[in-house]
Amino acid sequence: MIRFLLRGILRDKQRSLLPVVIVIIGVMLTVFLFCWLRGILNDSIELNARFNAGHVKIMTAAYAKNVDQIPNDLALIGVDTLLTKLKKEFPDMKWGQRIHFGGLIDAPDSKGETRAQGPAVGFGIDMLSGDHSEIERFNLEKSLRRGRLPVHSREILMSEEFSRKLKVNPGDTVTLIGSTMNGSMAMSNYTVSGTIVFGTGPMDQGSVIVDLKDVRNALDMDNAAGEIVGYLKDNYYDEEKIGQVVARFNRLFPVSNDEYAPVIITLRQQNSLGDMIDEIKGIGAFAVFIFVLSMSLVLWNAGLLGGLRRYPEFGIRLAIGEDYSHIYKTMIYESILIGLIGSFIGTSIGLLISLYMQKHGLDLSSMLKNATILMPAVFHTQITSAAFFIGFIPGLLSTVIGTMLSGIGIYKRKTAQLFKELEA
Amino acid sequence: MKKIIIPVFMLCVSLNAQNPSAREIIEKVDKNMSADSRVFTSKMIIHNPRNTRTIESKSWSMGEKKSYTEYLSPPREQGTKMLKLDDQLWIFSPETDRIIQISGHMLRQSVMGSDLSYEDMMEDPHLLNHYIGKTEGEEKVSDRDCWVIALTANTPDVAYQTQKVWVDKNRFIPLKKELYAKSGVLLKRMELSDVKQIQGRWYPEKILFKDVLKEGDGTEFQIMEIEFNTKIPEYIFSKASLKK
Repeated sequence: MIRFLLRGILRDKQRSLLPVVIVIIGVMLTVFLFCWLRGILNDSIELNARFNAGHVKIMTAAYAKNVDQIPNDLALIGVDTLLTKLKKEFPDMKWGQRIHFGGLIDAPDSKGETRAQGPAVGFGIDMLSGDHSEIERFNLEKSLRRGRLPVHSREILMSEEFSRKLKVNPGDTVTLIGSTMNGSMAMSNYTVSGTIVFGTGPMDQGSVIVDLKDVRNALDMDNAAGEIVGYLKDNYYDEEKIGQVVARFNRLFPVSNDEYAPVIITLRQQNSLGDMIDEIKGIGAFAVFIFVLSMSLVLWNAGLLGGLRRYPEFGIRLAIGEDYSHIYKTMIYESILIGLIGSFIGTSIGLLISLYMQKHGLDLSSMLKNATILMPAVFHTQITSAAFFIGFIPGLLSTVIGTMLSGIGIYKRKTAQLFKELEA
Repeated sequence: MKKIIIPVFMLCVSLNAQNPSAREIIEKVDKNMSADSRVFTSKMIIHNPRNTRTIESKSWSMGEKKSYTEYLSPPREQGTKMLKLDDQLWIFSPETDRIIQISGHMLRQSVMGSDLSYEDMMEDPHLLNHYIGKTEGEEKVSDRDCWVIALTANTPDVAYQTQKVWVDKNRFIPLKKELYAKSGVLLKRMELSDVKQIQGRWYPEKILFKDVLKEGDGTEFQIMEIEFNTKIPEYIFSKASLKK
């Protein structure tokens, strides 16, 4: 019977074309919307994890409480010992030390007097030890616009926008004015080795990157670090695995009253990322629900129109003795086939568009110029395994529901009046 | 009637003679605490929550507007020099061989992570030039009788809008101070001790500053040596002297 129905659908374009087109468009939009939301979520998580949050972050309890203020006076000390222990106890994780700092970048004139000055947010990361993990996480090689990455001590990377604002070029000397771990004023000179574009509004406005050792010297933070960031070795944030890491860490370092004791927090617990993840997931589910609902209404309407168009056909079929329920069943089978064909084509088109967007992305940097939260400026879609079947749910479901609703009318046809109707 | 009025009047006069006005008290405090010029070597012991650091420096100041400080130790701070002229401050860092100017709100930031601001460290204001006083009562501080004076700023450019000062009745030296912001929030507490007679005036050699908005046990500011009204060459208060 399926072959018979399929043949009917393919041969009778008037009967099938409109519902199939509607399903294709709807499914394509669903798949693209789903991939788009997954992409935004993934880009945001990945960006935050790489630049800031890690998959987990270890800080002192006091630092964690005031993390927004970058309180380096509350930083972890004795970091080498702590890292050795972490590497031993968590072989499935990669660890990195970081020092965030705030300060002023002062560009001198030829006489050494201040020519230009601007507030900067700095990152002290390991760039010179030979371990390239942090360089990769910060995507520094690809982000480089002018000059080169630091290869010597006392070299600094500046965001391109910031360097242009201060009229500083690679090779120039700038002075970092900050505050040591003890609160003293710290001044240190650096040579600008290169400029970078991060692709995120807040970081492009006034960021500098300095080798961890140099920052330690400048800020009097010997064997100290504000944060130790941890990443799962496959670089994919997996809540279950991270939960196990946290549980193991808390067994090794039980919660104490010492405000300088190390504590661990997950990516979800930072910068309201947990709320953001839940919100985007919620919005995604809601969007799909709304789509199923609207598609159902559209296809119900289409089904009704089809029912009206096929009114004489059903009449003839009833007149020649076909059963009500048989007609209803074939209608539903037909709708399943239409749903499957539409969903398959729609999913394919949606995936193709998503694949293109996953590769090339959509640059919204001009719209996010004044953004103050860490968000990617280029939005990509993300194709996940769910994207392959998510479109089938509304595509198939709404078509079938629409047909089921419109098909109820068949049962209201009176056999006695059929011939009169056919004569008319 | 005359028999009653005259003794009462006499009593009032004598009581008044025993209780000088707030203005008179402040004037005497200024005579002790301020000078036309000062040269002193000091030690700051900063009690942070995680460590204690000691920073030594030598300072030259002239009047309320000019001040110059050179840090002597520890090695990390050695050679750092600060010049304050009016409301502008220049800092020379030997490591960078640069002079950086700071002004405005930055002057109220902590010096070397201590409980003192640049203004606290480098200014020597005559209270009478900036505040109007009102005697609020009498209290004992460290077993010494004190007047409690409330000071309210009458010039806009002061670091602390109001102050409460406990002044030693005999030596006219503040033994305790509370410094408040314009909003009425308590910013700092000071305890002055080791009062000694130096060049004919009483002067506290030890001041404990406590920034109440900061963690830690405060900063002890100890005067090691001090000379008042000594002649200071004018070049000291020039930017050129910072790099010397």
